[in-house]
Amino acid sequence: MSILVGKDTRVVVQGITGSAGSFHAKQCMEYGTQIVAGVTPGKGGQMFEGKVPIFNTVAEAVKQAGANTSVLFVPPPFAADSILESVDAGIGLAITITEGIPVNDMIKVKRVLEGAKTRLIGPNCPGVITPAAKCKIGIMPGHIHRPGKVGIVSKSGTLTYEAVFQVTNLGFGQSTAVGIGGDPVHGTNFIDVLDLFNKDPETEAVIMIGEIGGSAEEEAAAWVKKNMKKPMAGFIAGVSAPPGKRMGHAGAIISGGKGTAGEKIKAMTEAGILMAASPAELGTTLAEVARRANVKLA
Amino acid sequence: MKIHEYQGKQIFQKYGVPVPRGIVVRSPDEAERAAKELGTRVTVVKAQIHAGGRGKGGGVKIAKSPQEAKDYAKQLLGMMLKTIQTGPEGQRVNTLYVEEGLDIEKEYYLGVTLDRATSRITFMASTEGGVEIEVVAHNTPEKILREAVDPAVGFQPYQGRKMAYGLGLTGDSVTKFVKFCKALYDVYIETDASLAEINPVVKLKNGDIVALDSKLNFDDNALFRQKDVVGMRDIAEEDPQEAQAKEHDLAYIALDGNIGCMVNGAGLAMATMDTIKLVGGQPANFLDVGGGASKEKVTAAFKLILADPQVKAVLVNIFGGIMKCDVIAEGVVAAAKEVKLTVPLVVRLEGTNVELGKEILKKSGLAITPADNLRQAAEKAVAAIK
Repeated sequence: MSILVGKDTRVVVQGITGSAGSFHAKQCMEYGTQIVAGVTPGKGGQMFEGKVPIFNTVAEAVKQAGANTSVLFVPPPFAADSILESVDAGIGLAITITEGIPVNDMIKVKRVLEGAKTRLIGPNCPGVITPAAKCKIGIMPGHIHRPGKVGIVSKSGTLTYEAVFQVTNLGFGQSTAVGIGGDPVHGTNFIDVLDLFNKDPETEAVIMIGEIGGSAEEEAAAWVKKNMKKPMAGFIAGVSAPPGKRMGHAGAIISGGKGTAGEKIKAMTEAGILMAASPAELGTTLAEVARRANVKLA
Repeated sequence: MKIHEYQGKQIFQKYGVPVPRGIVVRSPDEAERAAKELGTRVTVVKAQIHAGGRGKGGGVKIAKSPQEAKDYAKQLLGMMLKTIQTGPEGQRVNTLYVEEGLDIEKEYYLGVTLDRATSRITFMASTEGGVEIEVVAHNTPEKILREAVDPAVGFQPYQGRKMAYGLGLTGDSVTKFVKFCKALYDVYIETDASLAEINPVVKLKNGDIVALDSKLNFDDNALFRQKDVVGMRDIAEEDPQEAQAKEHDLAYIALDGNIGCMVNGAGLAMATMDTIKLVGGQPANFLDVGGGASKEKVTAAFKLILADPQVKAVLVNIFGGIMKCDVIAEGVVAAAKEVKLTVPLVVRLEGTNVELGKEILKKSGLAITPADNLRQAAEKAVAAIK
């Protein structure tokens, strides 16, 4: 078991003929992911790498190749439209890697997603990986992962890799690692993923990595306090960030005194999450919290 | 991206948000002529800098005659205006905006921005005009009226009425306020704003609703389709290094410390700054070179970091994922040689082919201090400048 993606995941790559799309589609295929289709309007009928059929529309990819999950490498001006196309085609999970989508576009997408059967991950995220199912959908380096019992959820790509790598080096592995992205308007949030990990029998402990901006971490902490049954380690990036400056990610900004790292760390600590002082200690912090909870990770 | 008040008001006018008559000036003589032309009993001379808090900082003057407008202009032009948002050295005033005086009855606050919790564009209105909204939100949150807009239908008149009556407006002013809000929503949507704030919005004695101030920020992600907005960019208002970083597609923010940082990924870049602080150092900057960390980008990043005379050491922290560590190491070495690096360089590489990468750093002939993890790297950088 795992969450979100697994053995039955059949992926259509939107933007498969672009430079990022084709590069990462190949990487995902090498890892073992079932890439069953690609979509590039106007290139329908062609083959990608000699084995993956390209369609003009997502609807065709669903109907003819049985795709149930999409991953988007579509450039920002066209990305919102492509997400909506996935929703319309009945895709269950749309993972949006694209960075730099206009916020007003995402506000509309989010409205359409209300009541739709599609779950959106991202945008501006590294993607989702379940090592045991050899299913990697996104831009993360596959080989640092290892099948295991630790669930990881994070707003930041490279910090997810840090956590993954440390967990692997300690001799543990990941059930699923999910990057939810750092944009102010995004699909799946911390609580959605934590809820899934909580219910997943294969996940024994969870690492949650947040950053300054917004209040998603505080909301997640409140949820954890009430519902989470599994030990958790956490980290918040941006303790030293000055207010009013956008720190790389569109959403990583302290505005009007809100969204500071201090508030988030306090809320998460109060929820029983053991916080790492530096990302160098993410793995050991997790090992410590698992030990205290008497949970075996290996 | 930010623009000046007078530019914001030009946009307001285009979409039908009422603003006072005003004239942009760049010399005392122009200010005098502008005050004469406006012809009101008093005029307001306003310094145009991007930072807020101009009134309290002494950047807004009421002139009782054209001569006084000229005198104030003399005083303001070229000065380093210090406000709560500019930092200690202040911001140089190059442009003034001279506006007509109005018969104001009452001041209000009106702001439009994204509410991240609901993913909806949200209006905030308050009777506490002229006061910092953060202070109102903190002390008397009940005094802020909120209206979230459903993107499927856009701003609706009833929402304007709710706010208008909530603010205590009556008669014609209610209708005028509703129109004002609708126009402001159009500005927000059509220009891809991220913040449209007017503090204060005023009700005149004749019942008119007018934007006395304008603060417009824009979504950087949407600038590709906002050519008019991009045309309003004022480079003089931006940190020169941050502007240079934008040219190279690097995310860079200058800070006050002395340890320069180069990192791939925004989250890791923040975490690197945090760890430097944690071990007793001060980061000189935030810098995300992006996932690729190519030689060209690393070189540009080194140049940026070293342009800051405060920098006494550089910490490179890169997690090589798809991009392998040996390739990154070669880039770092080549870039360090090209910029003739003289300050201590601490490099922490992790990920794919890390051993090969470390070998390349070792054989480079450069005085590179290697580190095995982020905390150690931060400690070594701090030790290097002591």
